[in-house]
Amino acid sequence: MTEDDLDRNRRHFLTVATVVTGVAGAGMVAIPFLSSLKPSARAQALGAPVEVPLGSLQPGEMVRVLWRGRLVFVLRRSEPMIGLLGENDDQLKDPNSEVAEQQPEYAANATRSVKPEYLVVEGSCTHLGCAPIEDFDVRPAEGWGGGFFCPCHGSRFDLAGRVHTGVPAPTNLRVPPHRFVRDDLILIGQDTGAA
Amino acid sequence: MGKLKTLASLMTLGACFFAHQTMAAGGGTHMESADIKPDNISSLQRGARNFMNYCSGCHSAQYVRYKTIGKYLELSEEQLIDNLMFNAEKTFETIQAAMPSKDAARWYGTPPPDLSLMARAKGADYIFNFLKGFYVSPNSPTGVDNLVLSGTSMPHVLWELQGYQTANFATHDNEDGSVTTTFDGFEVLSAGAMDAEDYDDFVRDTVNFLAYIAEPVRAERRKLGVWVLMFLIFFFILASMLKKQIWKDVK
Amino acid sequence: MARIEAEIGKPQGGFVKWIDDRFPFTSTMKYHVTEYYASKNFNWWYVFGVLAFVVLAIQLLTGIFLTMNYKPSADDAFASVEYIMRDVEWGWLIRYLHSTGASFFFIVVYLHMFRAMLYGSYKKPRELIWLIGMLIFFVLMAEAFAGYLLPWGQMSYWGAQVIISLFGAIPWVGEALVEIIRGDYSISDITLNRFFALHVIVLPLALIGLVFVHIVALHEVGSNNPDGIDIKKNKDASGKPIDGIAFHPYHTSKDLVAIIVFLMIFCSVVFFAPDMGGYFLEHANFEPANMTATPEHIAPVWYFTPYYAILRAVPSKLWGFVLFAMAVVLPVFLPWLDRCRVRSIRYRGWMYKTALSVFVITFVTLLWLGMQPAEGVYVRMAQFFSVLYFAFFILMPFYTSRDKTKPVPDRVVYHG
Repeated sequence: MTEDDLDRNRRHFLTVATVVTGVAGAGMVAIPFLSSLKPSARAQALGAPVEVPLGSLQPGEMVRVLWRGRLVFVLRRSEPMIGLLGENDDQLKDPNSEVAEQQPEYAANATRSVKPEYLVVEGSCTHLGCAPIEDFDVRPAEGWGGGFFCPCHGSRFDLAGRVHTGVPAPTNLRVPPHRFVRDDLILIGQDTGAA
Repeated sequence: MGKLKTLASLMTLGACFFAHQTMAAGGGTHMESADIKPDNISSLQRGARNFMNYCSGCHSAQYVRYKTIGKYLELSEEQLIDNLMFNAEKTFETIQAAMPSKDAARWYGTPPPDLSLMARAKGADYIFNFLKGFYVSPNSPTGVDNLVLSGTSMPHVLWELQGYQTANFATHDNEDGSVTTTFDGFEVLSAGAMDAEDYDDFVRDTVNFLAYIAEPVRAERRKLGVWVLMFLIFFFILASMLKKQIWKDVK
Repeated sequence: MARIEAEIGKPQGGFVKWIDDRFPFTSTMKYHVTEYYASKNFNWWYVFGVLAFVVLAIQLLTGIFLTMNYKPSADDAFASVEYIMRDVEWGWLIRYLHSTGASFFFIVVYLHMFRAMLYGSYKKPRELIWLIGMLIFFVLMAEAFAGYLLPWGQMSYWGAQVIISLFGAIPWVGEALVEIIRGDYSISDITLNRFFALHVIVLPLALIGLVFVHIVALHEVGSNNPDGIDIKKNKDASGKPIDGIAFHPYHTSKDLVAIIVFLMIFCSVVFFAPDMGGYFLEHANFEPANMTATPEHIAPVWYFTPYYAILRAVPSKLWGFVLFAMAVVLPVFLPWLDRCRVRSIRYRGWMYKTALSVFVITFVTLLWLGMQPAEGVYVRMAQFFSVLYFAFFILMPFYTSRDKTKPVPDRVVYHG
């Protein structure tokens, strides 16, 4: 190899090394800028778990609460309501809650809840995020066993937030992390696991 | 490269221009150095306790979250809740004063200032000397005045610890007929629970904590800065080798 | 018919060719980068233009991310800055980069302007580059001033109060002008809101536009060099200046080294002394704006203090303002004030060398004086140095035309 070739190799190596280092540096600079877009400490503080007292909630009644600015339904299901749950599975897309992201493991059961009596679901239609309206009247003639109805595009969900077939919503309503602090107090936003 | 170095040092010089802008000192007295140790976690822990016990009744630190303090001061959630959080329930809350500032404004004339940034606004030395500078002054509504901030509406909150002192002033007649008053030392009137040295340490820890909450990120940025500079040095070596190689063509 | 289809449908020369048929990509790159020839004897004074560009990029990038969290209202501004410093992940770094960048912008631009004075870069045919540069400088001052109000601290508020009040010194229209700037009877939420608009939209757009034109004008006439020689006079057979080397890869590889050194200094400040002892972030600005109490010691940020010192040296509101404005504007006329036949200080006589040295000392001293209290000896010093400041410009036609110059060589001086 001539001296020229050596120089050319050396220059090529140095160019590549400098460019790689520069790109790596730029990549590291990108980290703080992109991280700054995440929810801030204040957003996290405001998005802290929400307590919902259940003392005055009668069977068949529902309350709406906000957690992280998102609507959450807490429905105390009556005995007949619970009884209805197993009956129309053939109408449902995912009767056994097999889509794992839509509920914590402890709610992946027949009633989609920790206690069969209490349903906790996010009031956000899985189609495009509208807030479904509750409609608990059972109308067998219409094939309606009670549940939630989304006014935007007509998606229907049953009393466990499970989506019907033939509607635009792809999955069941999401069950947020929650746990019972006491028999009459639910904490939404925190799992059983966390302290 | 020689020229480059000169230029770099010139730029640094331009930036540094004069090492430190002196902070306005009240009373024209000499400020004693607070000599705080920002890296001493136990000093900061004591300071946090002092702050919560003696300051947070009236003063807020509204930009500071308990959670942030707990993490840096190596306190567990329980320690945080049991020892520091008198006015709050959740660790993500910010430090609010126990006393509503509207009431405080009515009682003291001015609302007690928020202390989140006090150490950055006034300097650690200022606060250190302020907390040591209360002296008995019968004409003042609180019974005390302060050498650093004369006419302060803050009462001597720490009197149980420091005791009470009087300030001596000497007057000098100037040639032009005017009179200059200079501070001529404190005199102990009644001793407090602490001796002078312990009180200094007490104030120092408190000021240390105030300096910490004024910029909680200080330690982190310094640590990161070392890595950034190391990366830049490496990058510099590569880039100057490349430059030299490319400039071989230039005759 | 078939032939036309074949011509349209078949890419000839790939993607770059496709672009070039629709946009002057390759020719622009050649003209401004790979075949833009600048003298090979550039010294390190010639890096500050690129560095100013780097700082502009830093300011734009960090500025965009700051606006995502900052709130331009009197009630929220101060708290939102602390929110950025504490609650936004990495917000402190973005804010420190921006606040440090502001000061470094001026350091770099002042040195860039000084380079032009060293080597006569403003002289024919580069007068327009200098004029555009001065416009950039004015916009930069406005940008920095508007930006300084945004944190809504004590210095923000009272600094703006003092500077805006200056315009009240203009006869007849002064008071009306001041109200139009403020949009209120005092500096208020309304003022903050419009300064925000100026700081993040109007002035940055103007800045980017002017920087673009500055570079276009530079590349039209070509860069000056430390010898002040026109390198286009000596061309080789292919029409390339013999003393010129391509911007890329020669000057780019050199500029990269300069950028890294700059970043080292810049990052040292950002990570180890973001306040810079109270010069870059003033202590009093950590207290929220208080309309009822002026801080004991009030001075503008360091990069405005030379002009501020001149303002205070004059015991008259109107004349103080006039001299202040003149001090800022006078450098605009340098290309016509300077009558010397040679450009570079290397071939000038003792008069210009002395004058420029005195001017540097004057500028730095005024900068320092602007931070001192306006009393006693400081005022007299400020008056003395103000006279020197103006003398440099006003006497320039005389001493530059009489100065004894040395012969300028035909080729640039370069020692490999």
